Amino acid sequence: MNKVYIYMFIMAVVTYLIRMLPLALIKKKITNRFFKSFLYYVPFVTLAVMTFPAILGKIETGNLLSALPEAVAFVTAMIIAYCGGSLPIVATVACVVVFVVELFI
Amino acid sequence: MSNFKIFKKGFKNGIPIFLGYLAVSFAFGVMAVGKGVLPHQAILISATNLTSAGQTAAIDIIVASGSFVVMALNQLIINLRYCLMSSSLSQRFDTKTKWYHRYLIAFGVTDEIFAVSSAYNAENVPPAYCYGLIAAAFPGWVLGTALGCYSGDILPASVLGALSVALYGMFIAIIVPPTKKNPVLLLIVMFSMIASAVFEWIPQFISSLSFLQSEFKVIILTVVIATAAAIFFPVKEEENSSE
Repeated sequence: MNKVYIYMFIMAVVTYLIRMLPLALIKKKITNRFFKSFLYYVPFVTLAVMTFPAILGKIETGNLLSALPEAVAFVTAMIIAYCGGSLPIVATVACVVVFVVELFI
Repeated sequence: MSNFKIFKKGFKNGIPIFLGYLAVSFAFGVMAVGKGVLPHQAILISATNLTSAGQTAAIDIIVASGSFVVMALNQLIINLRYCLMSSSLSQRFDTKTKWYHRYLIAFGVTDEIFAVSSAYNAENVPPAYCYGLIAAAFPGWVLGTALGCYSGDILPASVLGALSVALYGMFIAIIVPPTKKNPVLLLIVMFSMIASAVFEWIPQFISSLSFLQSEFKVIILTVVIATAAAIFFPVKEEENSSE
């Protein structure tokens, strides 16, 4: 079972290098307008793609209701965030909404 | 603001990450032990990798005794999105940021820490802020894994389900508020979510496209949509660096 530690080492090194190389190599502010714009938009696109529809969880086929708590939490979080809710508030409300809606279905 | 104050601010904003990680890594711990990985190994994996999807995929390779090359390539592909995130974050560091800050913070570039760092309300993100986030998030990830390994039934499923939504709520709290002042961002966020849903649901009917559901989806959509956005809506010069 010592092989596990070799796997662990490979995982940790590969994952770290992916994260470290851009930070270590790109030390200057990029002046090219295209790349600047691209990197500016990256967080918005990545996080939007990762949030929806993943927030709904695994939707069981034939049982759309199973995603209802998460769907309500999604809409509520979007509205509160748009109205200026802070990060801890939006995150907490999303959790509470899921918990409460789950009690009713 | 003093470095310690900035650190504390980061730590405070990292608490939702702590809670979300507790739930997600708890599930990882339960899964890893269920598949035959020893508890201390699962905890060590969490402490050295700090990533959910990559670790989950790795457990399957370890259990199946896959080759080391497969492991390296698998991790490279699944975690490639961090490369985009680190590149984006590199533009938010002061050019004078010391090398050791870059090497240390790199370890903590997760989806969530990247997200909250990006939302920092100044042109340059101070390293102390990132350390604060990591100081809150990292213990959550390791502790959750340990709890999942040793006591899988300590938290009821309903609480776990509710807690894991915290991370998505956090993402929403980061990407939505700036859209209020910038209609272009609203368009991009909405388009990204719709495209993501299309990529997620279409492969359920066309199985040959199922690779799109994997981690490729995040990378492909990010590169394509951010490229299109950069071409059609290049950021104005005055919005750029204050140098």
